[in-house]
Amino acid sequence: MCLGVPAKVIEIRENSTALVDVNGNQTEINIRLTPEVQLDQYVLVHAGFAMEIIDESIARETMQYLEEIMQYE
Amino acid sequence: MNEISQYQQKLLQAIQKVSKSITLMEVCGTHTMAIAKSGIRELLPENITLLSGPGCPVCVTSQGDIDAIIEMVQIKDIILVTFGDMIRVPGTNSSLQEERSKGADIRIAYSPLDALRIARKNPHKEVVFLGIGFETTAPAIAITVEQASAEQLRNFSVFSLHKVVPPALEHIFSDQEIRVDGLICPGHVSMIIGTGPYDILTEKYKKPCVVTGFETIDILEGIYMLIKQISQGEAKTETQYRRLVKREGNLIARQAIDQVFELVDAKWRGLGLIEQSGLALHHAYAEMDARLKFNIAEKAEIPIKGCVCGEVLTGKIIPTACKLFGKACTPLNPVGPCMVSQEGSCAAYYRYTPWKGSNK
Ligand code: SF4
Repeated sequence: MCLGVPAKVIEIRENSTALVDVNGNQTEINIRLTPEVQLDQYVLVHAGFAMEIIDESIARETMQYLEEIMQYE
Repeated sequence: MNEISQYQQKLLQAIQKVSKSITLMEVCGTHTMAIAKSGIRELLPENITLLSGPGCPVCVTSQGDIDAIIEMVQIKDIILVTFGDMIRVPGTNSSLQEERSKGADIRIAYSPLDALRIARKNPHKEVVFLGIGFETTAPAIAITVEQASAEQLRNFSVFSLHKVVPPALEHIFSDQEIRVDGLICPGHVSMIIGTGPYDILTEKYKKPCVVTGFETIDILEGIYMLIKQISQGEAKTETQYRRLVKREGNLIARQAIDQVFELVDAKWRGLGLIEQSGLALHHAYAEMDARLKFNIAEKAEIPIKGCVCGEVLTGKIIPTACKLFGKACTPLNPVGPCMVSQEGSCAAYYRYTPWKGSNK
């Protein structure tokens, strides 16, 4: 029920809405909860709302522990 | 093998090196599904147990609340708008699906904003949105209520079954019968509430909490982080899902929840009454509270015969231990909500877990 899908913002529209692309499908969502969102950013969409902006500088698969694990070996 | 699956392999190997017996719990239906689907449970060594907790909003809804909604849809001129998961949940004598086949106007929506559209189009009907879900969903309902209030949409109301997660986690940690060494915390709830609430729990119960994402690699990383803390005798809050979850959460969403809702005591299936764990509409929005508007009284809890969903929801037993599992109770013919909801533990086990057909 808390499922969210990542979507790319392709147009910011009036009344706190934006057009987003989800795997090639375009849909309009509400951006009242992420007012600072900008074009081309990714957001997490749930129940028709952008719930949060996804920080792409943190890679999707972070591999933050790779080095640490290697050290044990 | 690509980089990611190599890393996945490395994580798994690191997890397998730990010999201590450790029990972890996830408390998010989306994790329940992701774990079952990816087969992570089967990949882990025997000393590491993954339990599912009260993470499916439909499953934790009390029987009395389900019966109350079923009573409400029988009132003339009501259109009930709901997320799809609720429709097949069995009440004591009926379900929303059954009421619909008898003529009740029940519509499935993806967003609460759809209910506003329906209300505008049907000024002579009463449109009720069935608000269900945790902190991930609550802000969407809050914005919808604010919008309805701004538009003075008088034929719109909300039946709120919303619940908040931290008090349920506290219940899990403090129950002596539930053995949990650490929590895989819900990624999307945490994106709203931040990580502060977990700090209070880790401090008080000395058990680690790791906010985790939903890809296989996220979950393995989350498990690794928990196991590492447990092996080193640590108990703190960490965030694996850093690309989305900030320490403070989403402040605008938190504010919207605070403005529209107030905390009330709420009944959870399996966990009982938990203080300050439910979200009811704030008195400023009382005219949009469907329970008050249609005078729906609280209903008694009538247990479903043979269903041990309550024990499943607290990790006391696993779904296959239920005598009805896979026999009288299947996703096609569900007896309890944990088999109805896609993200219920029973449904996840039935669909994805190799199961030998014996209820051990
Ligand atoms: S298998 Fe069915 S009857 Fe048994 S606990 Fe799960 S939902 Fe209830």
